[in-house]
Amino acid sequence: MSTVTVDAHSESHAVHGHGGGFLSTYVFSLDHKIIGLQFLFSSLIWFFVGGMLALGVRWQLAFPWKAMPILGNLLASPEGGQISPETYTMLVTMHATVMIFFVIIPVLAGAFGNFLIPLMIGADDMAVPTLNMLSYWFMWPAFLAMGTSFFVEGGAAQGGWTAYPPLSVLTEASPGSGSGQTLWLIGLTLVGISSMMGSVNYMTTIIQMRAPGMTMFRLPMTIWAMFITAILQAFALPVLTAAGFMQLGDRLVGTGFFLAEGATANNAGMASGGGQPLLWQHLFWFYSHPAVYIMILPAMGMVSDIISCFSRKPLFGYKPMVYSISGIAGLGFIVWGHHMFVSGMNPMLGMTFMVSTMMIALPSAIKTFNWLGTLWGGKIQYTTPMLFAISFVSMFIIGGLSGIFMAATPIDIFIHDTYFIVAHFHYVLFSGTAMAVFGAIYYWFPKMFGRMMNDSWGKVHFAVTFILLNCVFYPMHILGMQGFPRRLADPYHYETFRNLLPLNQFISYCAFTMVGLQIIFVINFFGSMFFGPRSGRNPWHSNGLEWQAPSPPGHGNFDFQPIIYRGPYEYGSPEVEEDYYPQTQPPPGGEMTNDE
Amino acid sequence: MKSLLRILFSWTGLFLMVPVLGVATFVVAPSFNIWLPKDVSEHGRTIDALFMFILYLTGIVFIVTEMALVYFSWKYDATKNEKPVKYSHGSHAIELVWTILPAVTLLFIAIFQMEAWARAKMQPPNIPPTVEVTGRQFNWDFRYPGPDNELYTIDDIVRTDGKLFLPVNEEVLLKITSADVLHSFFLPNLRLKQDVIPGMDQGMWFKAKETGGYDIVCAELCGWGHYKMKGRVYFLPRGKYEEKLEEMRQEQNTMRVEVPEEDEG
Repeated sequence: MSTVTVDAHSESHAVHGHGGGFLSTYVFSLDHKIIGLQFLFSSLIWFFVGGMLALGVRWQLAFPWKAMPILGNLLASPEGGQISPETYTMLVTMHATVMIFFVIIPVLAGAFGNFLIPLMIGADDMAVPTLNMLSYWFMWPAFLAMGTSFFVEGGAAQGGWTAYPPLSVLTEASPGSGSGQTLWLIGLTLVGISSMMGSVNYMTTIIQMRAPGMTMFRLPMTIWAMFITAILQAFALPVLTAAGFMQLGDRLVGTGFFLAEGATANNAGMASGGGQPLLWQHLFWFYSHPAVYIMILPAMGMVSDIISCFSRKPLFGYKPMVYSISGIAGLGFIVWGHHMFVSGMNPMLGMTFMVSTMMIALPSAIKTFNWLGTLWGGKIQYTTPMLFAISFVSMFIIGGLSGIFMAATPIDIFIHDTYFIVAHFHYVLFSGTAMAVFGAIYYWFPKMFGRMMNDSWGKVHFAVTFILLNCVFYPMHILGMQGFPRRLADPYHYETFRNLLPLNQFISYCAFTMVGLQIIFVINFFGSMFFGPRSGRNPWHSNGLEWQAPSPPGHGNFDFQPIIYRGPYEYGSPEVEEDYYPQTQPPPGGEMTNDE
Repeated sequence: MKSLLRILFSWTGLFLMVPVLGVATFVVAPSFNIWLPKDVSEHGRTIDALFMFILYLTGIVFIVTEMALVYFSWKYDATKNEKPVKYSHGSHAIELVWTILPAVTLLFIAIFQMEAWARAKMQPPNIPPTVEVTGRQFNWDFRYPGPDNELYTIDDIVRTDGKLFLPVNEEVLLKITSADVLHSFFLPNLRLKQDVIPGMDQGMWFKAKETGGYDIVCAELCGWGHYKMKGRVYFLPRGKYEEKLEEMRQEQNTMRVEVPEEDEG
C-alpha cells in the first residue's frame, strides 16, 4: 500500500474538520470511532430490551399463565401481567429479532468493526466517512419501525423471527400479522441497508487504506474476520432484501409469491396464490445462514487477538486460521438447506446439504485446536478480557459439537425445532459471541475512553455470568433430547413433556439471576468511563497497531505515520528484550524484514 | 490434596466444571426420567442408535478438548510457569493431523447416516394412504378412506376430534397436508416429524410396534394457538382397529347436522 493513498485521504479529511459543537461531534459525527461508539451504545440498550423479552418467555415456561410481577406490566399490560399466548408468540419473535438484528450484528460489525478497522490497519478513518455515518443513521428508522410495532393494533410481529409464510403473509392468520408484521419487514430491510453500507465501506477500507508495510498477511485476525464478514454480508444481503420486498408485496398488494393456490386462514377470503411457501425459506436462509457466520466470525477474530496477547505468545497457526475463516465463508453459502431438513424440501437435496454441513464443522474445529495451541506453552495472564476469551473457546466447543447432531439428518427429524437447537444456538450466540463481546469491551475499553475498567469487578462479572449461563443453556440440551418443542406457550399439557416443569423453573431462576447481575457490568462500564484510572497508550503491552495511537485516539487517529514491520502476534520474540514487539517498532537493524 | 484444592479454587477450577458437570448432566438425566422419550416405532431404534453414537463420539471430543484447555490453563499460568514462552507460530504437521482426522470422522458420520435418512424420507411403501392428515389452525383433522380403501369417496370417515387411530405392527402411510399455514406433524414417540405445507401433499410412513396412546405435537409455529394444537395417536391391534373404524362410520352415518335456515330478510 502506498503512502500516497493515506496522505491524499488525510488531506481530503481535513475538510470535514473536527471542530464544532456537541451535535456535530457526537451525533452527526463522521469519525469512525464515534460512529462505533454510537453502535455500541444503541446495541447495549437493545441488549437490555432483548433480555427483558427473554425473561417474559422464561417466566411463562416456569409459571405458565401466572401473572408476571413487575416486568409483566410492561410486557403484557392489557392482560394485567399475565402472558397470553399471542403475547408469548410475540415475545419469542421479538426477542430473536432484537438480539440478532439490533444487538449481535450491529455490535460486531457496527461497533467493533467501525472502531477497530481503521485503527488496526493504520488508516485515519474509513474510506467513505459519510457512508459510514449513514449506515448508523439508517438504524434509527429501523429502531423506530420495530419499536412502534409493539404499540400498533395486534402488537408486534408474531410469525417467529424467521417469518415463515403463510403465517406471516395472511393478515388474518394471527393478531400480530397486522401492521406489526409490515413494520417488522420495513425494519428488517432498513437494517439490511445499514449493513450493506457498512460492509462496502469495510471492504474498501481494508483493501485500500492499509498503512505502509501492512500486508494482508500482517493483518490481525479481527480484521480478517471483519473483512470476510463484510464480503458475506455484501453477497447475501441482497437476497434477504429482495425476499423482504416480496413478502411486503404479498402482504400489501397480494402478489402471492409465497402463497399456494387458494391459500386462506381463519375463514378469510382466499388469496390469489400461485406461489410457494418454501420459496421464502430458501431465500431467507440463503441470507440467514451466512448471517450465522456474520454473528460469530468477528467474535472469533477478537478472541484470537485477546488470547494471543494474554498468552504472551504468537497466535498458533495464523495462516490456517485465515484459511479456515475463508473456508467457513465459502461453505457458508451452500449449507442453508440444513434449516429445512423437515420442511418438505426434496430429501435428495437434504442429503446434499447434510454433507456440506458436516464439512463446515471442519474449519471451526481447526480454529478451536489453534486456540488451544496458542495457550500451550504460553504465560497466561488472567485478566478479565482473557477470562472471557478462554470461556469463548470452552463454550464454542459445546456449541460446535452440538451442531453435529442437527447436521445428521435422521436425528434432525427428531430434534428439529426442539430445545436442542435452542441450546445449540444460544451456546454459539450467547455463550460464544456475547461472551466474546464482553471480553472485547473490557479489552478495548481503554482505547475507547482512555480509562481502565475495574478488573476485580470484571472478574466477578465474568464468574457469575459464566456459571449462570451454563445453568441456563446446558440443561436445554436434555430438554431437547426429550423432544421439548420451542415456541410453545404451554408445553405441559402434552403428556410427554409434563415432567419437564421443574427443570424449566430451575433454568428460569438462573436466567433471572444472570440478567439481574449484569448490573455489575453496567456500573463498572459507566463508572470506569468517568472515574477509571487513566490507561495510557498500551496498558496490556499489546503488539496491535491500535495500541500505538493515543488513548482515546484523536481525530485522524495516529499522531505519527505508522509503518508496519511485522505481524501483530510477535510476543516473546527473541529479537527484543520485552515480551512484546509492536508492529511499528523498527527491527534492531532498522530495515524492513521479509520473514513473514 | 492441597494442590487439588488450589486447582479447584482457581480459574482452572471454574473451567474444569465445564467437562465435569457437562458429562454429569447426561449421566444423571435418565434417573430424573429425562431422556429420549419411549420409542414405539420400528425405525426409531436406528435414529436413537445414531444419536447415542454421535453423543459418545462428541462426548469424547468434548472431554479431550476441554481437558486440554483446563490443563493448559493450569500449567501455563504466568504466576507459576517459570519457563520462557514457546516462541512458535504453529506447526504444519500438527495442522495436517487435526485437519485430516476430523475431516475423515465427519465424512464417516455423513456417509454412515445416509441409509437411515433415505429409508425415512425417500422410500415410501407401495400401499394406498391409510389416513389423510390435515393441519389447520389449531387442530389436526383426519380422513379415513372407509371400506372402499379410497380417499375422497362418499364413504370416507372424517374426524376433527384430534384422535387418530392406526393399526399396530403394520406399515402405514399417511398423506399429510395443511389447510392454512405451516404446521409440523411431530410424533415424539415415533421419532417422526414433517412440516405440512398448504397446497402440497406429502407422505409419511412407519410401523408402530406397541399399542397405546401417544402425543401428536405441532412443532412449527402456526399462530397464537400453536401451543394447543394437540392430538393423540392410538395404535390398536387389527381387530380392534377395524371395530373402531366401523364405530366411527356408524357415528358419522347417524350424525345429524343442524343447518340453520338462511335468513330471508
